[in-house]
Amino acid sequence: MTTTPPLETAVLVQAAAKRRSLFRRLITNPQGAVCLVFLLFVLFLGLSSSWLAPHGPNVTDLNAVNASPFSSGHLLGADSTGRDILSRLMWGTRQTLLACVVVLVVSMVLGVTSGLAAGFYRGRVDAVLNWVSDVVMSTPGVILLIALYARTGSNVVAAMAVFGLIVAPSYFRLVRSVVIGVRGELYVDAAKVVGLSDLRIVGRHVLWAVRAPVVIQSSFVLAAGIAMEAGLGFLGLSNPAKASWGGVLQEAFGNIYNNKAGVLWPALLISLTVLALVLLGNALRDVLQSSAHSRTLSPRRRRELTRQAQEQRQSTTADPAATPADTVLSIRGLRIGYPDGENSVREVVHGVDLDVRRGEIHGLVGESGSGKSQIAFSTLGILPREAVVLGGSIVLDGKDLLADDQQLYAARGRRIAYVPQEPMSNLDPCFTVGAQLTHGLRAVKKTSKQEAERELLRLLARVGIKDPERVFRQYPHEISGGMAQRVLICGAVASDPDLIVADEPTTALDVTVQAEVLELLRELRDERGLAVILVTHNLGVVADICDTVSVMHDGHIVERSDVDALFESPAEDYTRELLSSARRVEIAEV
Amino acid sequence: MLVSVVKKLVRSVGVLLVVSFATFVLMYGNGPGIARGVLGTRASEADVRAEVVRLGLDKPLLVQYGDWLKGVVTGNLGDSFFTGQSVTSALSSRVPVTLTLIVLSLLLTAVASVLLGVAAAVRGGWIDRVVQFLSVLGAAVPAFIIAIGLVFAFAVSVRLLPATGYVSPDQSVSGWLKSVTLPVIALLIGSIANAAAQFRGAVLDTLSQDFVRTLRARGIPESRVVFRHVLRNAAGPGLTALSLQTLGLIGGAVIIEQVFALPGLGDLSNTSAQKGDVPLVMGCVLVTIVVVLVVNLLGDLVTAAVNPKARTR
Repeated sequence: MTTTPPLETAVLVQAAAKRRSLFRRLITNPQGAVCLVFLLFVLFLGLSSSWLAPHGPNVTDLNAVNASPFSSGHLLGADSTGRDILSRLMWGTRQTLLACVVVLVVSMVLGVTSGLAAGFYRGRVDAVLNWVSDVVMSTPGVILLIALYARTGSNVVAAMAVFGLIVAPSYFRLVRSVVIGVRGELYVDAAKVVGLSDLRIVGRHVLWAVRAPVVIQSSFVLAAGIAMEAGLGFLGLSNPAKASWGGVLQEAFGNIYNNKAGVLWPALLISLTVLALVLLGNALRDVLQSSAHSRTLSPRRRRELTRQAQEQRQSTTADPAATPADTVLSIRGLRIGYPDGENSVREVVHGVDLDVRRGEIHGLVGESGSGKSQIAFSTLGILPREAVVLGGSIVLDGKDLLADDQQLYAARGRRIAYVPQEPMSNLDPCFTVGAQLTHGLRAVKKTSKQEAERELLRLLARVGIKDPERVFRQYPHEISGGMAQRVLICGAVASDPDLIVADEPTTALDVTVQAEVLELLRELRDERGLAVILVTHNLGVVADICDTVSVMHDGHIVERSDVDALFESPAEDYTRELLSSARRVEIAEV
Repeated sequence: MLVSVVKKLVRSVGVLLVVSFATFVLMYGNGPGIARGVLGTRASEADVRAEVVRLGLDKPLLVQYGDWLKGVVTGNLGDSFFTGQSVTSALSSRVPVTLTLIVLSLLLTAVASVLLGVAAAVRGGWIDRVVQFLSVLGAAVPAFIIAIGLVFAFAVSVRLLPATGYVSPDQSVSGWLKSVTLPVIALLIGSIANAAAQFRGAVLDTLSQDFVRTLRARGIPESRVVFRHVLRNAAGPGLTALSLQTLGLIGGAVIIEQVFALPGLGDLSNTSAQKGDVPLVMGCVLVTIVVVLVVNLLGDLVTAAVNPKARTR
């Protein structure tokens, strides 16, 4: 696991193209601007020390021993031998700057070139470099640098070069993953076809993509380098003849009972500089990913929208005569939206009505993105966290599930059950099939563990699992997709629900298994008088199993009828289009 | 399961050999320099040459490393060049101090970062923002600066806790607790900040997975979905982050020992390195590498225990 989150290459390439505006955006980002100004100030302190520092780094003034801050001639006070703290910190900044340059150059040269090589050539080069990176990453840095002192004495350049080697893997891993992403993109292939040499491809295209994340990472590496240099100084491993931040801190700390304030300045300088670099890195990342940031709704706006929907529900009373007596679930005017920005919401389901009766299999058909899965999720209250229900009602037994969370929780899993699309990813990989089925059943039904297991084993056999005892003890990754879907269907019907919401239950399965699963659903419907909402994009499935069907397009239900009527005489243009394109696909597949 | 453990063990030994060899070459590469360090700057050339031979530094580096490795296997890491004390006995009094700090910090980090990470990811809202803000802050400020701040606040200004020294738990348990409280807190702040952010990410990743939706749809209460299913799935990446934390903790502990005057590995390696007592430094390096590798191995084992898929790999 890397400490830096993977960045989307597309975003990076785009960001790199907008480089000029990047700097401007960083300056207008308050966090970035403040950090940048502070760091420039520190840089100025260091560079100007020879002509602006009030005293030399080692000038002692015996009259000023332990002078307190703001005393004459010593703005920040003086240390135990009367050396001016401000001057020493200014001179020490030079050591810090030197450390920064060495760390940055060494780690970047090693990390970026090896990352480029590993990502571009893959194969054996990649394997070897990865191993080296792993070894370096499990090296205890501080101890190694202390050990280095035994060999080189106090030598900032040597110490920071070794530290650069130790942090190089952070660049390596970052660059490698970006290059692998870019390499997969078409333009690099195109460049290869055109006949550009590897070196030119790396130079022109790959380096371009890698630039932005390397800049961000550098900010964090510099922060680590400064902290390390100060730490070594604090341990007494810096050259005592030269002032350094860590050295000043060590001296002041040893003298803490005589001059408390002396500790404050170096500690503040070190921690603020490190903090500024880390915050600058975060600001850079925010600026680069600003488009991804605005996609969350402010909590206030969300509450407002939810309240509006609730008020609307209370003002419109449902007309009981409009729904037939054997209706299990009826949806009225359902509207669902997703945040578009902090205050705006894009509606994806625009006021949908839908009824499903006992023993009826109702197909909800439409192309992907038409909003059919959103409807399925909302009946179970399992919409993604960012989704907002903007209005409408979902009525089960005369009670609106959207108006009252308690009703929803009472219905979920007990009255309404769910069969998902992708069987393998819908089983918890950490638990055996038996454990998660039992856990689910016992959450909704008061029964002993043994009783639940007996019932589930019976049901597993019923849904067509050959050796239920064995599957019960297996983990999800040990069973096939078809079996997993049967397990999920078993989990759905175990609590004896009235309605099953099946979201593309056959899409991820082999054709032969598809037919079997559909047959199973039909049988279970017949045995238990279940109502089923079957979400699918496959008209073949609709023709095979559904009694009634709703056609969805762009968040609206455009047509609703019996299955036979739909296939014989579709009323809407869109339905006709859907039917003819489905036929074309069939012909093409034959 | 057994196969993967053996594989990881072999890999760890490989890493140990590579890193220890590199360090050994670095440290022992300059025999005359070491001998001069031992004898002092005024020693004559002839004396230095004799000392090089006496300490066995004239042999080829590879042979010296071989001898050292043989010593590692038999538990004999040589003797101090200065005091003649055996390295193992010097280490035996120092290692417990540092290990106390690291083990306590790791355990407390694990507990705190799981709680904070889960709270931030599941609750979202202000808890999430506070955790994210603090994790940037805590991870940025170096542990030794935090330690100095703590000494300032609790030992110099208020005098609530001892600023320096170590009390062994055999002497006094309460004294021991008092002597390690501030150092452990100093280490914890940064390490919790890092690990909580990683745990938050792992929990968020897990929460977005399909099976969580299915479990919710099955009517399982949210708290049980989180604590039984999500937490167990997030444990793997979380533990990896935690075991990577060990390196940072060791580094932090070594410098922090200086703040609190704790007689641990950091203090030993630092004073030995400043004197040029190479065998002792080498011993400290060995111990830290072993600690890192053992923690990583334990992390892998725990991951395998909670995640059946990791067992087969």
